[in-house]
Amino acid sequence: MSGGSVTAEPPVRAAPPIARGGRLRKHAVTLVFLAPAVFFLAVWILYPLVDTVRRSFLYRDTNRWVGLHNYREIFTLEPIVTAIKNNAIWIGVVPALVTAIGLVFAVLTERIRWSVAFKTVVFMPMAISLFAAGVIWRVMDQEDPHVGALNAGIGAIHDAFRPSGALPDAESSTSRLTGSPKRGFVLQTPLRPGDVARLGLTGISPDSVPSGAVQAADPEPSGDGITGVVWRDFKPGGGKTGQVEQGELGLPGVTVELRDAAGKKLESTKTTDNGTFAFDDVEAGGHRVAIGPKTFAKPFGGVTWLGPKLITPALIIAYTWVWAGFAMVVIAAGLAAIPRDVLEAARTDGGTEWQVFRRVTVPLLGPVLSVVFITMLINVLKVFDIVLSVAPGSSQDDANVIALAMWRTSFGGVNDYGLGAAIAVFLFLLVIPVLAINVRRFRREV
Amino acid sequence: MRHYRWYLLGLAALVIAGLVAAATAGGARQARGISGNISVIGKWTGGEQKSFEAVIDAFTNKNPDVDVKYTPGGDNTPQLVSTAVAGGNPPDVAILPQPGLMRDLARRGAAKPITFAKATLAKNEAPVWLSLGSVKGKLYGLFFKAANKSTVWYNVKLFKDAGAKPATTLPAFLKLAKTLKASGAKAYAIAAADGWTLTDLFENIYLRQAGPAKYDLLTTHKIKWTDASVKAALRTMAKIVGDTGNIPGGRSGALQTDFPTSVTQVLSDKPKAAMAIEGDFVPNDAKADVKPIKDYNVFPFPSIKPSTRSAIVGGGDTVIMLKSNAASRAFISFLATSQAATLWANRGGFSSPNRGIKPSAYKDALNRKTALALANAKIFRFDMSDLQPAAFGATTGQGEWKLFQDFVSNPNNVNGIAAKLEAAAKKAYGK
Repeated sequence: MSGGSVTAEPPVRAAPPIARGGRLRKHAVTLVFLAPAVFFLAVWILYPLVDTVRRSFLYRDTNRWVGLHNYREIFTLEPIVTAIKNNAIWIGVVPALVTAIGLVFAVLTERIRWSVAFKTVVFMPMAISLFAAGVIWRVMDQEDPHVGALNAGIGAIHDAFRPSGALPDAESSTSRLTGSPKRGFVLQTPLRPGDVARLGLTGISPDSVPSGAVQAADPEPSGDGITGVVWRDFKPGGGKTGQVEQGELGLPGVTVELRDAAGKKLESTKTTDNGTFAFDDVEAGGHRVAIGPKTFAKPFGGVTWLGPKLITPALIIAYTWVWAGFAMVVIAAGLAAIPRDVLEAARTDGGTEWQVFRRVTVPLLGPVLSVVFITMLINVLKVFDIVLSVAPGSSQDDANVIALAMWRTSFGGVNDYGLGAAIAVFLFLLVIPVLAINVRRFRREV
Repeated sequence: MRHYRWYLLGLAALVIAGLVAAATAGGARQARGISGNISVIGKWTGGEQKSFEAVIDAFTNKNPDVDVKYTPGGDNTPQLVSTAVAGGNPPDVAILPQPGLMRDLARRGAAKPITFAKATLAKNEAPVWLSLGSVKGKLYGLFFKAANKSTVWYNVKLFKDAGAKPATTLPAFLKLAKTLKASGAKAYAIAAADGWTLTDLFENIYLRQAGPAKYDLLTTHKIKWTDASVKAALRTMAKIVGDTGNIPGGRSGALQTDFPTSVTQVLSDKPKAAMAIEGDFVPNDAKADVKPIKDYNVFPFPSIKPSTRSAIVGGGDTVIMLKSNAASRAFISFLATSQAATLWANRGGFSSPNRGIKPSAYKDALNRKTALALANAKIFRFDMSDLQPAAFGATTGQGEWKLFQDFVSNPNNVNGIAAKLEAAAKKAYGK
């Protein structure tokens, strides 16, 4: 800090011996002032850096030299390779996505009346730590629509189009009643007028038996019709399957179909409180009785956001949610600095809004956009905490990123410090080009 | 001159006074016993920490000149202790969740033998615990708190609705699951998001089906994971974890259910499943409004072969000594007594391998049941995954934890998983 003043000092004023003494003293002062910074940099930056590089050539926590072994592991161990692939996805998607969303928000908020309120809301996620944001998204992404907000939203739309049936979990109790909840159940025994159809179902909890149900009744055969019963073929202990027993409830309100031998639907009816139903005046010949799939339609089960397939998209959504506000605020500041007359001139010359945006606004915003883009690039390279907090253990491998792989290798139970250090060095090397670009930009701006 | 004499006299008087004081103080101390400060780092936090501090208080009441400073390390205890040892400033005593690190520290000479406590322990604990705590024939670890992992917890109401009774054999258990399903309940709460619950399930099956001898061989990787006995155990396991219609949310739901959630699926007044197959620590995560016996109960993991009936897989927290001094030795000796174990047993949430505890010390009836079964087990084996290299047996998203999770998503792939397990084990055991 005193270097500048040394050269700035006019040499005429001081006699040579004094000047030399003064210069020495000045150097000493320089050193004294630099010492604390140098000390801290050396202890907390330089030493760890050098030691990390050294350790990356050693085996686990020993001092055994293994050369490039650890670096080879990076590209052969499956979880780390997955991490590199995932990081590539992050780099490809996130900086561009965040910058684009930030740009759209910034441009749009210029036009709306409540722009400050809107900006505050979008910027709010920046105020909480990434880890806390991760915890929030972990809950939002839950598969159970009663817990996860995302699936609750999707479920509301789903159920509006495909309402769930009365007995979503039911299954048949005997081998004669075949089918599945998806296709419905068909009683395979051919039925003629005067026969009785017994459609036993299980897998229905006492709480989900339709209201109004009473003890099931074994129907009497009727002369020219087909009678039958749909009931919960279960009593504590199991009971005998296929037989209507004391203690087993009828299932009211179930739609039963009468089909001809070819499987064509002839008519349908609903069961009564004791589960019985009847088709009167049935023509001669073999008929089938069935319960259609609508009764068994399952409620929306939820999208598996946190499963192996969707975990990285779910993480990217969460991450974008946090950082979009940052991008918006920086770009909005850049937007405010654009001279209005240029935009006015473009409009006066007959440019459409899109043309003005595309050909004037965006090019003028270029430096700001690249600052946001590069900041996000660096952030995304070292993304860590949101992955750790959102991804459950079972899909952490599928969500792995380089920084997480480094931490898990070093401290997450494997305790392979050598390999962990190698991953750290690898990550450092990846960040260097981006840093170099950034430093060059700073130089140019200064 | 006169000044000088007074000065000398004064000095002499001071020296004498000091000597007398020191002598009396020393004498008093010797009469009262041991003195010193000891530091303890342990994994116990929260309620466990309070109970352990009660045990410490009993010790310091006996030895008023010893100061015990306990630092709870939680899940990071192994890292804390290894770092402290590497940094040359270890605590006097450490309590570790897995015996692997104890063995490592003993081999490196960082842990000190606790042979002085051997006689007390031999009297109080089954020989298996002593051999687990020994390295090369010397005792290093004391198992103070243990866990019985061969338990099945169930929801009383769902069992009543289904007219079901606890099963003692595996076929009866699978039939029970079927009955539960027919009654409209899901039989199993599976916490597959936490890989360790799956290794516990596998170990329970393997110990019963393949027997303790094979279990020991597999633990030390003397037989391969592609062994027929492993595949047979995996097929048995598939009957449970593969019964997707009998798990809330199916298999994919299980893979996102962590352990506390799986407990609340069963030990709740709005249950989603009837049984949680996990250790005696299950009630710690129960919903507040459910009561033992009335709302939930426990039965032993069903037997598979008559010869391995009442076999128990368990875990335990190991107390080790990193600095040998009078105070730390006295503290370890105290922890070896039935008196110390009884103190915590009284407070609940505790299973001890110590057979000197009176059954009545366990206040909670279910706790008593599981703790006594553990202390008196005829066949006891320590949790296999805790004895294996951590990279294979105890790391999120890796080794056994990850591969058993893959097995849950595809329970038909017995051969594939066995091969992958063997490959991962080979690597972790260092080729």
